[in-house]
Amino acid sequence: MMTRRSIEAVAIGASAGGVEAACILLDALPAGFAPALVLVLHLPPTRSTTLPQLFARHSALPVKEAEDKELLCGGTVYLAPPDYHLLIEPDKRFALSADEPHHFSRPSIDVLFDSAAYAYRDRLLAAVLTGASSDGAAGLATVRAMGGLAWVQDPADADTSIMPGAALAQAGADRVLSLADMAAALAKIEQPMHR
Amino acid sequence: MTGADPDFDIELKLLLEGVYLKYQHDFRQYSVASLRRRMRLAMERFRCSTLSQLQDRVLHEPEVFAQMLRYFTVQVSEMFRDPAYFRAVREHVVPALLTYPSCKLWIAGCSTGEEVWSLAILLEEEGLLDRTTMYATDINQEALKVAEGGVYELDRMAKFSANYHAAGGKGSLSDYFSTAYGNAMFQQRLKRKIVFADHSLSTDSVFSETHFVSCRNVLIYFNQALQDRAIGLFHDSLVHRGFLGLGAKESLRLTAYADRFRQAMPGERIYQRIG
Repeated sequence: MMTRRSIEAVAIGASAGGVEAACILLDALPAGFAPALVLVLHLPPTRSTTLPQLFARHSALPVKEAEDKELLCGGTVYLAPPDYHLLIEPDKRFALSADEPHHFSRPSIDVLFDSAAYAYRDRLLAAVLTGASSDGAAGLATVRAMGGLAWVQDPADADTSIMPGAALAQAGADRVLSLADMAAALAKIEQPMHR
Repeated sequence: MTGADPDFDIELKLLLEGVYLKYQHDFRQYSVASLRRRMRLAMERFRCSTLSQLQDRVLHEPEVFAQMLRYFTVQVSEMFRDPAYFRAVREHVVPALLTYPSCKLWIAGCSTGEEVWSLAILLEEEGLLDRTTMYATDINQEALKVAEGGVYELDRMAKFSANYHAAGGKGSLSDYFSTAYGNAMFQQRLKRKIVFADHSLSTDSVFSETHFVSCRNVLIYFNQALQDRAIGLFHDSLVHRGFLGLGAKESLRLTAYADRFRQAMPGERIYQRIG
């Protein structure tokens, strides 16, 4: 069962409707939430600059924009900076990249998921939420193949169902959850046994 | 490009070691996560199903290695990218540079040259170009050739032009280029003070004293040890109170040189050497 393994990092990708969805998840997390939580949202750069402050109001955890070569720290919410891809290095530090947009997006969810899958293997939980893109589907498949857990928002529950639908079609999922159920399940993630 | 292969990083390490031993190009301290992604693109391009197959071709076919350079290094750039940076250079760095009888500017990791031409135009408008020597360096000879040519696709000009105006440009970007065959060719007189040169931040050393180093969105592709090496070169090259300009999301905070520079102005990633 999922609660038996220790999750060190949670990676979440969302597009259209994603800000509201992310707020619902963040609202549910307790101050003792142990994993690092990394969020990629597709947004125009002008909007994303105010996001850390917005999310901080919805979170008992510290919220910040991820910095290049910063070591991921448990119990912290990190946001991908606008107009850069966000990756995680094998030594669990962030790396930014200005490579071409992927699925018309920079940051891209696939790029985060793929690198996180290599860094965290079976200690990663990745979730795809609402959106009108297919970004995240290939990355979620990598996460599962590398031993990580995959959650997908129930397309029927999503503001925009295309992205969770694409993720389910390409990668499948360990759990398909409404946002409310996902928030409750996230809040119950146990303390990691290592680190 | 995505794909799960638990041993990919082993093959990547072997490839980078092989490339270094055979061609003396050192990518061993580059960001692994970025390289992994770009090597998968290269595998697709050269129709190799494993990175070891690609390594075989890279080591035995020098022409394949030559084409691989564009996968090892990034070539995404635009003129006056992040206009606020160029505005800050114009308003805060140029006045300081004008106090020197002559000055030297180093654009490190210049790739295909969009930023080089942007700075040449900016310096020309500020009356500084004729007393400046600009060093534009990169490890990729093909990219340097493009940079030296100053020819870019015409359909990129709308974006470049919008950036130019947002950056405080004093005229019209079209004053600086002529068009032919779907291309924009920048006036060759703008490069009269530019030296294009092959230089590696991984393996080469300081080549000149400088007053301003601009190195944007290059350091993010390095690990911390290589970032420290590169910033060390910039530090040793810069005069006291010389300027270092970085990308919008790059900082010196997590590097060994955090206390050797001060932020030259709030909000922009422009630093000044103080120690």
